[in-house]
Amino acid sequence: MAGQVFTYIVHKEGVADDSALELMAAAGKIYPEASVAAIVTGSGAHLDAVCDAMAASYPEVWKIDQDVLAYPNAEVIRRLLVNILPADAVVVLAHDTLGMDLGPGLSIKLDSVFVPDVVGVEGVRDNVLTVVRQEYSGQVYTHVRCDISAGAVINVRPGAFKPEESRSAAGQVVDKSAQAGDLSARRRFLEVVEAEVGDVDITKADVLVSVGRGIEDLENIEIAEGLAEAMGAVVSCSRPIVDAKWLEKARQVGTSGKTVKPKVYLALGISGSFQHMGGIKGSPFIVAVNKNPKAPIFQVADVGVVQDLLEFVPELTEKIKAK
Amino acid sequence: MEILVCVKRVPDTAENEIEVNREGNDIRRDDLVYSVNEWDNYAVEEAIQIVDKVGGSVTVVSLGDEEAEEVVRREMAMGANNGILLADEAFEGSDGKGLATILKAAVAKGNYDLILTGAQADDGAGQVGGMLAAMLDMPFASLVNSIEVLDGQKLKVGREIEGGNQEMNEIDLPCVLSIQTGINEPRYVGIRGIRKVASVEIPVWGASELGLVPEAVGAVGAKAQRVDYFVPAPGEGAEILEGSTDEIAAKLIELLKAKGGLK
Repeated sequence: MAGQVFTYIVHKEGVADDSALELMAAAGKIYPEASVAAIVTGSGAHLDAVCDAMAASYPEVWKIDQDVLAYPNAEVIRRLLVNILPADAVVVLAHDTLGMDLGPGLSIKLDSVFVPDVVGVEGVRDNVLTVVRQEYSGQVYTHVRCDISAGAVINVRPGAFKPEESRSAAGQVVDKSAQAGDLSARRRFLEVVEAEVGDVDITKADVLVSVGRGIEDLENIEIAEGLAEAMGAVVSCSRPIVDAKWLEKARQVGTSGKTVKPKVYLALGISGSFQHMGGIKGSPFIVAVNKNPKAPIFQVADVGVVQDLLEFVPELTEKIKAK
Repeated sequence: MEILVCVKRVPDTAENEIEVNREGNDIRRDDLVYSVNEWDNYAVEEAIQIVDKVGGSVTVVSLGDEEAEEVVRREMAMGANNGILLADEAFEGSDGKGLATILKAAVAKGNYDLILTGAQADDGAGQVGGMLAAMLDMPFASLVNSIEVLDGQKLKVGREIEGGNQEMNEIDLPCVLSIQTGINEPRYVGIRGIRKVASVEIPVWGASELGLVPEAVGAVGAKAQRVDYFVPAPGEGAEILEGSTDEIAAKLIELLKAKGGLK
């Protein structure tokens, strides 16, 4: 077997991200027998709280306490990992905004193979790992093979791996702070600017009429607004609509927007990328209207309508109003 | 400021239904509509806006076959000053590291202060920018959604992070940034703009011009190899409503009522 398996734990205010246990599940699919070590970086009491929590699930936790690690700056963490990890380490990261920042460069510095945004692990045979990825916005899948005998950096998609039920580990926290080495970086974290609060709070809505690229034009937004009004719903949207400045950022659903938990979610012309679906929690009843029958949204929706929303939605609105 | 922007010609997923070919080793490429990768277009626009403010020039480089020339020309019509095409049979089948190796060799032939890529392309990998930065030993920031030039030595950049929040950083030049969509509003390119650059010479560099040994790149050098393309057997998926538009709308209204979707 190749080198030891490590995961990097993302945490905030003393609480580990949901991905923390998903990463262990992914690591377990790569090497079912491996002893996986969680790497937790940060400073002070919050760091200790996360390390203790992780030791309940991971057999080993590496704690690195440094002021410069108080905020997770990928440029600093990369240097740290290169300093402390064995060269043939198999590193499992979440493919989130930190993992995307950290993983590709880390693989170069460790001279190991990199596989981004992994959604499935088939296993390892003779040091060759086979994983599953998606391409073209989730419309097709691929198997990717890589030799991990010299180490690997594997970024796994948040939500793709289900944490195993309570594998209590009574793990050991090992303080590696003294081995951190030189952590100077040419990118310095300044601050986090919180997202603007809009005039409507989509996170509180029970029914959302959400529009995506299929709406085609700014003028057509009123089609969705008309339906929302008839239904007593609130209008939300996917990322391309905000990029085009047709609706404000506060209405965006997704990992880079708001996390919503409605009872009913109507997705109009939304392809259903994992970044978008990542913002929908609480298992709502999802209705998808999309003219592309191959759109990934139909895999996750409860009910689908394969039609051009520009024709279907006005008719639906009229029918609702007529009742 | 001398800026290099890496752009890619990709099948436009908004315009195409992507299907796996019969052999299962590629997608069906006949009748696909290709365009410049959406993220890259924002990167070129950002580069042009920076140069408009502080001076310098924008060079667009694309790694692909001869057809990638059309996206280089399109981005030059937007206002990029120079274009370079990196094409060689030896480059085919490169993994992310191979692509970054080729781009690194192209970077070494110029003198750039800033290198931009799109945050991701058609394969959704988002890996080349970070790899290129590490190979060049330059600092890197991904998912950049704002850039402010502070002085000749550093930039203030915003990164889009979870929840729509923005992480502000100061980064030293030279550096590599991957650009997120929405950072600006890319300008429209008209027929007239394309005509103006139609006869501009675009150099084509292969492995020999870049001083690359073919074994380091392409399928031979790839450590991560795509084995196949497939579509998993559909799960339960959505119940697709059938019938006339009128019938479908009526069924949907009943379902929405039952689920509390109508007030």
